[in-house]
Amino acid sequence: MKIMILMALVLVGCSKRDQVLIQNKGSDTFVNLAQSWAEEYKVIKPNVGIAVSGGGSGTGIAALINGTVDIANSSRPMKEEEKAQALKNSGKPVQEYVVGLDALAIFVHPANPLSDLSIEEVACIYSQDGTCNLWSDVRPGTNVPGCEGNKIIRVSRQSNSGTYQYFREAVVGEKKDFKQGSMDLNGSREAVDLVEKTPCAIGYSGMGYLNPNVKALCLSKTKGTPCVSPSLETATDKSYPISRELYMYTSGTPSEDVKAYVEWTQTDKAREITVKSGYVPVPKK
Amino acid sequence: MEMKATETAPLAMEWRQKKSTKPKSERFFEGLIKAGGYSSIVLIGAILFFILKESFPFLVGAFDFKNFFFSTNWNPASVNNVSYGILALIVGTLCVTCLSMLIAVPLGLATAFYISEFCSPRLRETYKILIEFLAAIPSVVWGFVAIMMINPMIIKTFNVPIGLNILNASIILALMSLPLIVSVGEDALRAVPDTYREAAEALGATRWEVATRVLLPAAKNGLLAAALLGVGRALGETMAVLMATGHSIQIPKSFFDPARTLTATIAAELGESPKGGEHYQALFAIGLVLFIISLIVNVTADHLIRGRKK
Repeated sequence: MKIMILMALVLVGCSKRDQVLIQNKGSDTFVNLAQSWAEEYKVIKPNVGIAVSGGGSGTGIAALINGTVDIANSSRPMKEEEKAQALKNSGKPVQEYVVGLDALAIFVHPANPLSDLSIEEVACIYSQDGTCNLWSDVRPGTNVPGCEGNKIIRVSRQSNSGTYQYFREAVVGEKKDFKQGSMDLNGSREAVDLVEKTPCAIGYSGMGYLNPNVKALCLSKTKGTPCVSPSLETATDKSYPISRELYMYTSGTPSEDVKAYVEWTQTDKAREITVKSGYVPVPKK
Repeated sequence: MEMKATETAPLAMEWRQKKSTKPKSERFFEGLIKAGGYSSIVLIGAILFFILKESFPFLVGAFDFKNFFFSTNWNPASVNNVSYGILALIVGTLCVTCLSMLIAVPLGLATAFYISEFCSPRLRETYKILIEFLAAIPSVVWGFVAIMMINPMIIKTFNVPIGLNILNASIILALMSLPLIVSVGEDALRAVPDTYREAAEALGATRWEVATRVLLPAAKNGLLAAALLGVGRALGETMAVLMATGHSIQIPKSFFDPARTLTATIAAELGESPKGGEHYQALFAIGLVLFIISLIVNVTADHLIRGRKK
């Protein structure tokens, strides 16, 4: 009973303080960033509460279409049919904001002798018609210590992930599927953790999830051209071959509070948080 | 439970009189309990109806029996060849469930026997708290244990390329279903009247003989129920198996191969699929398959119990 009274008090307390509650859902790629933003925003505007949850870009967009969220986070642009669906449901066109950039890092276990790959070589590993199943198929003579049979363990993501879809377009090929039998994990964090503990593995995720226990590969557009490592600079000047925009979507013209929040994400304070979380702020025009 | 009126008339009348003099509160609670009993039937019916309703357009539309059950190609997000084949998922589910039960049932029942029959009362309380504590660990945490601890252990011990596989998921699921099996099994054993134990000991049976010859047959229904609840737990778990199996579509050739289960597929993909789309309906068709599998498990178990009773 005491607990119930306490809970009731907490609930009343919350609802009194948060006159405005913004629902923000979507991409797992920058869910941490969105959370840090929301926390900081709470300090600046105590009367606005922002509820951030992940689930994947597709989940956020589906929720926006169904009208259950105010802002959908996405690490891929909304498809035309999704925009049409949202227009049909709400009568208002969706509004798109680019809130940051992210370099898609491809990484391996530190024991792996490879330190660079070309996009073609990565496609050979992941694509449905790729023939690279052993590390020695990628580059002859490659031998990964601690990796039984020299077999490549492909770590991928579940299909509603924006990272999965961007990786497919940018690396595997727009009209191609992934090779079956990859480990389709349901979070960037899990992908990094798994590669960290598995000598045979290769994985991909947003740069923000990298840690020193995995080796991010230096990537070249085509074989033979100089490779570029993912970093703040290379993502900003677009020299890193696979970097992408991070989006926020709202349905129609957003309410004052929502608009204020989305615009706040481009202030200097918010950009500082972007960098701290491992992402890249949108270059100022 | 109909009785012949002629034989039991006086008794029935007496009973009726009693009923009419029952206090209101008692009748109220009787009704409440009855409603509770019926509600579980209604709920199961509603669940079945809902699954059928959501999967129906798929079952009469894109559904191809042969492809659905005998193809290993599950690729709803494909750009050029959308395919709904769940053979690999069914095989994955069965492998993981069976192996985890091979680990959990003997271990769980042995623990139940130990706690109920062999250990001191003080130790018993400690053990029970510890085992129930296992049940309080969220499944995502189990998933991380699978990736960060068991995965490297399996790679090193067995010299395999990847440690997220059927073995890993079975260990995790066994640990997750243990508390259930132990608690229910222990309750079943303690429900056997002490007079049984006393009679057996009076005849000179050792404690081991009491356990295996007297308690095991006497409590077998309860113990079977414990094992079945464990199967249900293993069959229905989503998040932890998603992470521990590796969530990889393939027909596993050994326990060291990654796999994917039906439940994990639903958990990973239902959020993305627009409501009412083909992918969404196909996922509900998987739900229907799961429903049928658990029905088969329960009916078989029921038959086993009844068969033994005769």
